[in-house]
Amino acid sequence: MNDMTPVAKRTIKDWESDQEVRWCPGCGDYAILKAVQRTLAELGTDPAETVFVSGIGCSSRFPYYMASYGFHTIHGRAPAFATGIKLANPGLDVWIVTGDGDGMSIGGNHTMHVLRRNLDCQIMLFNNEIYGLTKGQYSPTSRLGTTSPTSPTGSVDRPALPCAFALGAGARFVARGFDVSRELSGVLKAAHAHKGAAFIEIFQNCIVYNKDRFEDFAAAKGAEGRQLWLKNGEPMLFGSEKSGGIKGIALDIERLTLKVVDVAAGEDGTPDWQAAGVIVHDVTNRSVAHMLVELPFGPFPMALGVIYDDPRPTFEAEILEQDVKAREGKTADLGKLLAKGQTWTVA
Amino acid sequence: MATILAPQQPDTTAGRGSQSPTVPEAVPEAVVVRFAGDSGDGMQLTGGQFTLSTALAGNDLATFPDFPAEIRAPQGTLFGVSAFQINFGSTEITTAGDAPDVLVAMNPAALKTNVSALKPGGLIIADSGEFTRRNLEKAKYEANPLEDGSLAKWQLLAFDISALTLEAVKPFGLGNKEALRCKNMWTLGLALWMFDRDRAPLVQWLKDKFRKNDVLAEANIAALNAGHAYGETAEISGHVHKLHVAAAPAPSGLYRTVNGAEAISYGLVAGAQLAGLKLFFGGYPITPASAILHNLVKMKEFGVTCFQAEDEIAAICSAIGASYAGQLGVTSSSGPGIALKGEALGLAVMTELPLVIVNSQRGGPSTGLPTKTEQSDLYQAVYGRNGDTPLPVIAARSPADAFDCAVEACRIAVEFMTPVMLLTDGYIANAAEPWLVPDPTGFAPFPVRFLDAPNGGEGDPAPVLPYKRDARGVRPWIKPGTPGLEHRIGGIEKAIDTGDLDYSPATHQAQTIARMDKVNGVATAVPAQKVDLGEDSGTLVVVGWGSTFGPIHQAVRRARAKGCKVSHVHIRHVWPLPANLGALLKRFTHVLVPEMNTGQFKTVLRDQLLVDARPLNKVSGQPFTIAEIETAIASFFDGIGDHEGGEVPAGDTRLPSIKAVNP
Repeated sequence: MNDMTPVAKRTIKDWESDQEVRWCPGCGDYAILKAVQRTLAELGTDPAETVFVSGIGCSSRFPYYMASYGFHTIHGRAPAFATGIKLANPGLDVWIVTGDGDGMSIGGNHTMHVLRRNLDCQIMLFNNEIYGLTKGQYSPTSRLGTTSPTSPTGSVDRPALPCAFALGAGARFVARGFDVSRELSGVLKAAHAHKGAAFIEIFQNCIVYNKDRFEDFAAAKGAEGRQLWLKNGEPMLFGSEKSGGIKGIALDIERLTLKVVDVAAGEDGTPDWQAAGVIVHDVTNRSVAHMLVELPFGPFPMALGVIYDDPRPTFEAEILEQDVKAREGKTADLGKLLAKGQTWTVA
Repeated sequence: MATILAPQQPDTTAGRGSQSPTVPEAVPEAVVVRFAGDSGDGMQLTGGQFTLSTALAGNDLATFPDFPAEIRAPQGTLFGVSAFQINFGSTEITTAGDAPDVLVAMNPAALKTNVSALKPGGLIIADSGEFTRRNLEKAKYEANPLEDGSLAKWQLLAFDISALTLEAVKPFGLGNKEALRCKNMWTLGLALWMFDRDRAPLVQWLKDKFRKNDVLAEANIAALNAGHAYGETAEISGHVHKLHVAAAPAPSGLYRTVNGAEAISYGLVAGAQLAGLKLFFGGYPITPASAILHNLVKMKEFGVTCFQAEDEIAAICSAIGASYAGQLGVTSSSGPGIALKGEALGLAVMTELPLVIVNSQRGGPSTGLPTKTEQSDLYQAVYGRNGDTPLPVIAARSPADAFDCAVEACRIAVEFMTPVMLLTDGYIANAAEPWLVPDPTGFAPFPVRFLDAPNGGEGDPAPVLPYKRDARGVRPWIKPGTPGLEHRIGGIEKAIDTGDLDYSPATHQAQTIARMDKVNGVATAVPAQKVDLGEDSGTLVVVGWGSTFGPIHQAVRRARAKGCKVSHVHIRHVWPLPANLGALLKRFTHVLVPEMNTGQFKTVLRDQLLVDARPLNKVSGQPFTIAEIETAIASFFDGIGDHEGGEVPAGDTRLPSIKAVNP
């Protein structure tokens, strides 16, 4: 994010480019595009001060459809381009769009370093657990046993967990959402408000090669029992009577892991989460964040929303501060520079 | 067909330097000194300081540092030898010299690896204190060469420099190891005496270097003085005389020494200033290119931002990102790193963004010879990308020339909205030479104008055409953050003018040609090719590029002195070639192209100009000697076939043989 003040009221139209959108009909990318455009319109930021940078893959077509500045670069390297852009002009609002192949496989190295350096930007990783643009090969996030053109008898490599990777790399903001979720916009706003590298994993439905892969938790029906939407300062509760009762996330003291507990109604009829030992979400608690991103879906609901948010000084701020300090009291005298060291004169 | 030269042969025909058993009383035009020792002995430092004193004495000079790839190779081993050669004189010097007149050998390994290069009758100064049984074994000597007569064809001066140094620094109470570290200063002191040099600048330098440790400063100064005093006393008189090489005539002005890495760094800063831009440098450590990053991080007051990236790819990508955002993006590497940058280079060509890529070439392929020199990345620079991906390539001929080339690379990059590759090599990066310090007020600025308003005529909103080309085929540069000019760029083929995604057949054909024409057009925006030495027609033209300038120039000079109709043409603009080059070369009967590769530029010349360019190739990791090129030139004038008669003897004992070069 950056510190600009909105100058004019903008609408979603102000963020739509004149380019024809070329994703497959029904692709989750459409919903994400709309959510981003709506979010930016609501934030009132300036398209002229905004740059979308992407790598290669279906998700990486994203910049063409935004009415801001955009740079569709090469496979996996968007964070490196973004670093140069931000160091050259820290005032720009930089968004990186990547996918599970682009950001976790070929570009895993750059994802790691942009996070550890804490460049001020938003990184949206569209995770559809498959290579879409190259026609359906398994990806680094594909589940074990995924059959695909390159794994006809099932993949045997264990999937990477993008949010766990991000935390491991030193990310100071980690969040999760999914394409058609109404909560996505709020997650994006939180990411934008975070000063530093904000990593957002967005589960995205590939209608052609990995259809409905996330339906088990993303389906509207029964969602309350399968999605744990994290809110800072609020207990980690999910479920309803209909989904099998109110439940919460508590600490298993003996095993030092998280566990699901049933939450009974208290005397006033509201869920007595304190009695059940349910944890209150603290976005600055890094240890709990590590546990939340690793929760296996099934025994646990899918942890969504802002999982971790604890800002630190940004990379470009510290680099530019050093640059300013180094320049203090010095003049850029090229003639003096060239004549540095021991010299002699020939008459 | 191509011939690969054997490693350096003694240059027995060289008309300069010492031929007598001792450094002669008759003052030579030029002297070549080689300091060789263990990589921990500080030979590069000794050489560097000797260079400085040489420059201060007004001699012209050229140096050649030659050090191992290992940071601290095991002590005393053959592969751990580090050497520094300097050629200095009272006339113009353009090479580090062929065969040394004087070899300073700090241990048996240094003697063994260097003595064969020494001129017959040359002087060996050896530290006998290091010729212990153990060190002799490590250097694979069965007997002590200082004692067994095997060095009879040279003049030998052996004394215990180690013991003399320890004696000199005794009052300072240093440990044995620290005290022995002063050996290089003792040796330098002796060298300063030999060549009648002023010690004062060295004393000042030592005081500055050790300003936080007075004892070390004083100990090193004491060692320096002791070495000097040793020469002055009677102890070695009779063998060696003080020798004063007169100052070389040079254009008047302010001088300093500069190595290639420094010159490039200064040139990039100057280029960015002339363009009115901030400089962004994205780099990743690699030998021998790292020095440019080391230099630039210390020049922040000139609007330089440096970024040490996680890898070579991120380094170039960040530089492209910075160029996209309106700064002058620069990245630098050596061959293996340039290979990694290839895909991103394609993107810079495709999106048409300015970028300067410096390749300090080293011996390849793969890791190859990291600390040695070669010119074998020419194909990589000119052709080494997927697709039809042309970009201008320019090559520096010397450390000082690297400054001008860096400025030129910046100019072409911003004027033509294109990545530009600047080729140097390990030799240029490390070697130092005197430099007439340029006056920045004399540089012609080339200020960049960013597009600041829509360029597509009427409309609401007014259309922005990021790929609308001007008469030279150049698109506008648009900075993100400019209101009303929002647009998208990328690596996919794009429509004419609008830059919208468009990979229809006609568009790809048109844009491919447009990109090619634009880069070819650079040829009209660079100076016409000049002849560096000799007439613009004749029997033979020796065509070079890059760091072969020195040996080619001297070889042509010598051949011309003997009556051969030979000229030297040295090419900075390797791609596209200067527009007049074809016509120029065709005015000569023969074209000879010496290169430190297996014939890459020869192929480019044949392809582009249809000239019968003949190769002369050397890939030993060492620069050409003058004699090697002189011999090759001679073969065109030796009376064979329809060749012109000349007076240059060409012996079959030296490579390349006549038949190989000129079948």
